[in-house]
Amino acid sequence: MQPLSNIESLLYFSPEILLVIFAAAVIILDLVVKDRESVAVAYLSLVGCLCTFAAVLFTHFSFGDEGPVSLFLGMIRLDVFSSFFKVLLLLATAATILFSLRSEELDARLKGEYYALLLAITFGMFLMASSTNLLMIFISLETVSLTSYILAGFLTHSPRSSEAAFKYITYGAVASGTMLFGLSLLFGMAGTGDLAQISGRLTELLAAGEIAPLAVLIAITFVLAGVGYKIASVPFHMWSPDVYEGAPIPITAFLSVASKSAGFALFIRFFYAGFGSTELMQAVDWPFMLAIVSALTMTVGNLAALPQQNVKRLLAYSSIAHGGYLLMGGVLLTSQGVGAILFYLVVYLFMNLGAFYVVVLIANEVGSEMVEGYRGLSSRAPLVAWAMVIFLVSLAGIPPFAGFFGKWILFTAVLEQGYYWLALVGLLNSVVSLYYYARIVKAMFFEDAGEETTNVSFSTGTFALLSVFVIPTIFIGFINIFYTFSNISVSVIPMQ
Amino acid sequence: MTLQHYLVISAILFTFGIFAVLTRRNAISILMGIELILNSCNLNFAAFSRFMTPPEDISGQIIAIFGIVLAAAEAAVFLAIILAIYREFGSIRPDEVDTLKG
Repeated sequence: MQPLSNIESLLYFSPEILLVIFAAAVIILDLVVKDRESVAVAYLSLVGCLCTFAAVLFTHFSFGDEGPVSLFLGMIRLDVFSSFFKVLLLLATAATILFSLRSEELDARLKGEYYALLLAITFGMFLMASSTNLLMIFISLETVSLTSYILAGFLTHSPRSSEAAFKYITYGAVASGTMLFGLSLLFGMAGTGDLAQISGRLTELLAAGEIAPLAVLIAITFVLAGVGYKIASVPFHMWSPDVYEGAPIPITAFLSVASKSAGFALFIRFFYAGFGSTELMQAVDWPFMLAIVSALTMTVGNLAALPQQNVKRLLAYSSIAHGGYLLMGGVLLTSQGVGAILFYLVVYLFMNLGAFYVVVLIANEVGSEMVEGYRGLSSRAPLVAWAMVIFLVSLAGIPPFAGFFGKWILFTAVLEQGYYWLALVGLLNSVVSLYYYARIVKAMFFEDAGEETTNVSFSTGTFALLSVFVIPTIFIGFINIFYTFSNISVSVIPMQ
Repeated sequence: MTLQHYLVISAILFTFGIFAVLTRRNAISILMGIELILNSCNLNFAAFSRFMTPPEDISGQIIAIFGIVLAAAEAAVFLAIILAIYREFGSIRPDEVDTLKG
């Protein structure tokens, strides 16, 4: 189908337009409302998420039988794949807004900017999930990056937060500059910015011997620097522990889930749509390069998590390791592999956001982010302690929780493609990860809180929000619908 | 001037940029290194657009213009963060900003 013109595209672009409108409305409302304690802006941005969700459903069902639509003369693409990620990202944004409402770290005076930036970053991530042109890929990546630098450093008068933002932007700017250099080489070789056309042109030119395979490999490696930094894969992971520790906890939760998901959306679209053809891969063996990156990422993440005392930092390393597991699916070049990534991202969203919500609650009530702060939690706040156990056990991949099913599907896909060594590395890493998750459980259940024995009580709303994460973490593995959906959404990505 | 001349210059700029980021002990110099990297990419896009695509196709030059805009946005955010760092730490040397580690 022909790409739609700019005016025709606007209707299908309504989710993004709504996000921008609500981001502007949040700023205006913040100016109008004089009461500093008012939480009206937070609720307005929640309404924004809800309206955007409706718009995503509307655009998804309105293209109907015509199949995927290319918008804005082929700049972005509206298909099942992008709709899947839009729903996932909206869930993460709504959860982050709710976390921020409960978090006591944030400065009440800057609420308007905070929620407007959250909506803006979601807008950028929507574009990341649907870009099919080198220019759009770079602009969307930069929109997300620039906004997340500001959000990471959002705690004014906190040295940790400013330092996190500084480290984030230094790594991020170099990584995205390197990526842009790689994109410029690809543009030069193919003479076009469109991903599908690049794939065709490069295949032709490689077959004719007009360009060296090494040149393509170098360009791909450069691009991998930008994408790898977004999904925090080795060797571009160094920013992640420091940023996760210094940023406000809701933002840490958001970055670890939404930023990673959007990064994987970009990764899958770029590598599969751009470089998925068999002829190209005979010349340029990028899957093998990725397999090594994936094995290194999970090993480094898990080993570095072992001695951590700060729970935020521990979860940062654990999220690096999960990025490594997810990358395994990216190596495979099968729709099963991509389906496994998408399912694992859904599972990871619930269990990781849940774990971070508990971190927010404990930081509010106990005032500590360290493992010691969790001592004796089983008697002081039994329900929260048990919820944390469920999230951690699921993150470790122990049955019968969702994390187990996610890993099961991922490892099956890896084994079917004959990457036995990669599956073995993944398996060993899961065993290692048990140790550091168990340390938090041990602190909660088998260690005394010392003199501090007061019970911590939480409101009903807290438990309601907690159950939003606990219930999917328990049951999502059994409900096949999500897995089927993630399978459908990859059927629109051109495969080998 | 052929395409090769432009590519060699942009490769030199890119290398200088990476070198500055890796070796400079001042946040402003790091920012300058990043600007060099981004400008080398813009030069690449403009050169490729001139030599590799038909004359009526100016998409490469458009990308270069967007590159300039994004570089400006990035510099603005970077400078704001450097100000915050200076307020908190009294220094803009990256090796003195090291409370987070492990």
